[in-house]
Amino acid sequence: MKGMIFVDIEKCLACKTCELQCAVVHSKSKDLYQAIDEYPLPQRRVKVEAIDELTIPLQCRQCEDAPCVKICPTRAIEKSEVEQPVLIKKQLCIGCKWCILVCPFGVIGMDREGKAVIKCDLCFERLKDDKLPACVEACPTKALQFKTSEEVAAKKRKEYLVKFTKGKETI
Amino acid sequence: MKKEEKSIDKASQELLKIAEKEGIDTAWDRYEAMLPQCGFGELGLCCRNCILGPCRIDPFEEGPQKGVCGATAEIIAARNLIRMIAAGAAAHSDHGRDVAHTLLLAAQGKTKGYGIKDEEKLLSLANELGIKTDGRDKKEIAKEVAEKVFSEFGQQHGELQFSRRAPEKRQALWRKLGIMPRGIDREIVEVMHRTTMGVDNDCENLITHGMRTALGDGWGGSMIATELSDVLFGTPRPIRAKVNLGVLKEDEVNIVVHGHEPTLSDVIVAASQDKELIELAKKNGAKGINLAGICCTANEILMRHGIPIAGNFLQQELAITTGAVDLMLVDVQCIMPALSSVAKCFHTKLVSTSPKAKFPQAEHVEFKEEEALPIAKKIVRMAVENFKNRVKEKVNIPKEKMDLVAGFTAESVFKFLGGKYRATYRPLNDAIISGRLRGAAGIVGCNNPKIKHDWGHVEMAKELIKNDVLVVVTGCSAIADAKAGLLKPESALKYAGKGLQEICETVGVPPVLHVGSCVDNSRILITLSNVVAEGGLGDDISELPVAGAAPEWMSEKAVSIAFYFVASGVFTVLGSPFPILGSKEVTDLLTKRLEGTVGANFAFESDPIKAAHLMIDHINKKREALKLKPMMYEKVAAV
Repeated sequence: MKGMIFVDIEKCLACKTCELQCAVVHSKSKDLYQAIDEYPLPQRRVKVEAIDELTIPLQCRQCEDAPCVKICPTRAIEKSEVEQPVLIKKQLCIGCKWCILVCPFGVIGMDREGKAVIKCDLCFERLKDDKLPACVEACPTKALQFKTSEEVAAKKRKEYLVKFTKGKETI
Repeated sequence: MKKEEKSIDKASQELLKIAEKEGIDTAWDRYEAMLPQCGFGELGLCCRNCILGPCRIDPFEEGPQKGVCGATAEIIAARNLIRMIAAGAAAHSDHGRDVAHTLLLAAQGKTKGYGIKDEEKLLSLANELGIKTDGRDKKEIAKEVAEKVFSEFGQQHGELQFSRRAPEKRQALWRKLGIMPRGIDREIVEVMHRTTMGVDNDCENLITHGMRTALGDGWGGSMIATELSDVLFGTPRPIRAKVNLGVLKEDEVNIVVHGHEPTLSDVIVAASQDKELIELAKKNGAKGINLAGICCTANEILMRHGIPIAGNFLQQELAITTGAVDLMLVDVQCIMPALSSVAKCFHTKLVSTSPKAKFPQAEHVEFKEEEALPIAKKIVRMAVENFKNRVKEKVNIPKEKMDLVAGFTAESVFKFLGGKYRATYRPLNDAIISGRLRGAAGIVGCNNPKIKHDWGHVEMAKELIKNDVLVVVTGCSAIADAKAGLLKPESALKYAGKGLQEICETVGVPPVLHVGSCVDNSRILITLSNVVAEGGLGDDISELPVAGAAPEWMSEKAVSIAFYFVASGVFTVLGSPFPILGSKEVTDLLTKRLEGTVGANFAFESDPIKAAHLMIDHINKKREALKLKPMMYEKVAAV
């Protein structure tokens, strides 16, 4: 499955289910009841941030021309092809944190052991099995969706045209 | 989820197929749509008790570890759990209160629908409650019994009368631990007080009060419901009947009662046998009036009248999906709000009856004990008149139905073991002491789409009886086992171990004994006390080789039941964990440390076979502690 995480910010209720399920899917057991007893504790790769009245789940945008990929001195971060996730090779990461500094969204962090950086991997293993990313599947209001960039653009075009025909937008 | 993964019951599988074809949503579909369920809720880490919040604790320790007020995972999980106990205890106890109310009305002559069916039990209760019986009219006695029982709900200090039925050692322990319930309602109110913002912040102190509240249910509200129901409707005796959706009839008016209280269902039994209404049914083209039940109200009329059972909790929507139910009447508890929309797909009339439980799209015929029979007749008439609206093409009654024997009580069954002429618990105790029986287990509780329907109950029961553990069942667990044929005496030959088989054959009872509805779990408490009193198996319930389980539980009532069993000294295994795992301390307290105070722990295990073996291991441990003989037919494994 190819695509990206699309956030419908009007639907996010800040329940943090995405954070919780993200941690579970990145645990050893993949089971909530067992994950809470693992050592080290699993970590989330998505964070619900709030600004004014809005709450927005933020995670890696999987940039096509990613600054983190460019700056990594050990080539621990790579992107194989278009619309594929930016992935970190844990063995190569030296924890220099350059990627954290250059990320425009602040969605890269250190792991608990302080050995390597972690970020959203778009649940690439689940995608191989045709399963949605854990946060998308878990979101109770469907604020998080998984779509291709073309699908997102098509939806935006449609929304724009509706507004346009109702006279709320001008060309 | 495939239909085979949803239920082991063939009748349910068949109707699930129809529901899918017709686009009817069932609890299984809604469960799947809900996945994954909220992890904070599952772990008990969400607090909504005040609007500093809502707050939630991050179990992975990256986010907040304390609520706005400073409440930790421990405090939040414990508070939430005992609120569940309070709700469960309230439900059972309100049921008990309604039965007491009916007894009072009957004694005052204010209702024609009810009388005193078991005078012997009334007199023995009166004696126990210190009410004079000599030369007095039974109505006078009943009035005083009802008033005395009523006072226990609002009692502010002292002890509940029925708690004196527990072994003395147990009573002394409750007093020492400060968990002897003072009044039924008082403890429930105190839960609400302690758990409101900024009161009790010690998880152990919270759980301790939870136990007190639950004891007020088991040895109070529920026991009152059972005892007074026996007085009003008769103490059950072993009775044959049939179970599963195949009991619905194509050529008769089908009425399904669903809910919990016997006050309504019992009088519906009488109304459904009314000659005039049967005549009317015939005029409407039906051959007669067929009554069947779902959930515990069904168990109440099964135990006392042999009325067939249509199904358990997860079959309520499926019963309507047969297209053959002309009217389903409901009172309180375990009634899915979804019934209104399923009923809309068929001709079925859904009738709510309790002022406490209304369903926006159902017809409401309010039930009043004072006019019980006329109201019951009105409802039966509605069903008869709706028969003509049944759509033949939509009728799909599965053929599955199973024979069963139910109607066992603390008074009857265990005395049967001694035969008619020496009615004591001695033979039961001796069977355990001699190693013919390993011990006994209670399997109770609900259905839950998280566990394959009926599978948890049936597999656990089979595994236990195979290992010579006598099983007693109530509620939806009893219905599950009944459908699987485990409540037939013949099932002993097929499934029971040799020792249990001998007993079942000699006495003529099934290896799995149906002791009633969920308030009738109190019958199990009484039985355990009687076994202790009989002697030879220790001085307290916690010393007995017994265990309890609720493999498919879902209701808050089950939380209260589980707690009154553990607080009475019975090791209890739950198929789904309490929502507390987010707190290590509360989990540790419930699964490891309670044994040190009340003599029993909880365990959580979703696999019914593994759960059965946790129970067997516990029973073996207790046998060893009592220095009982080795199991009669068990070969000692060669080293």
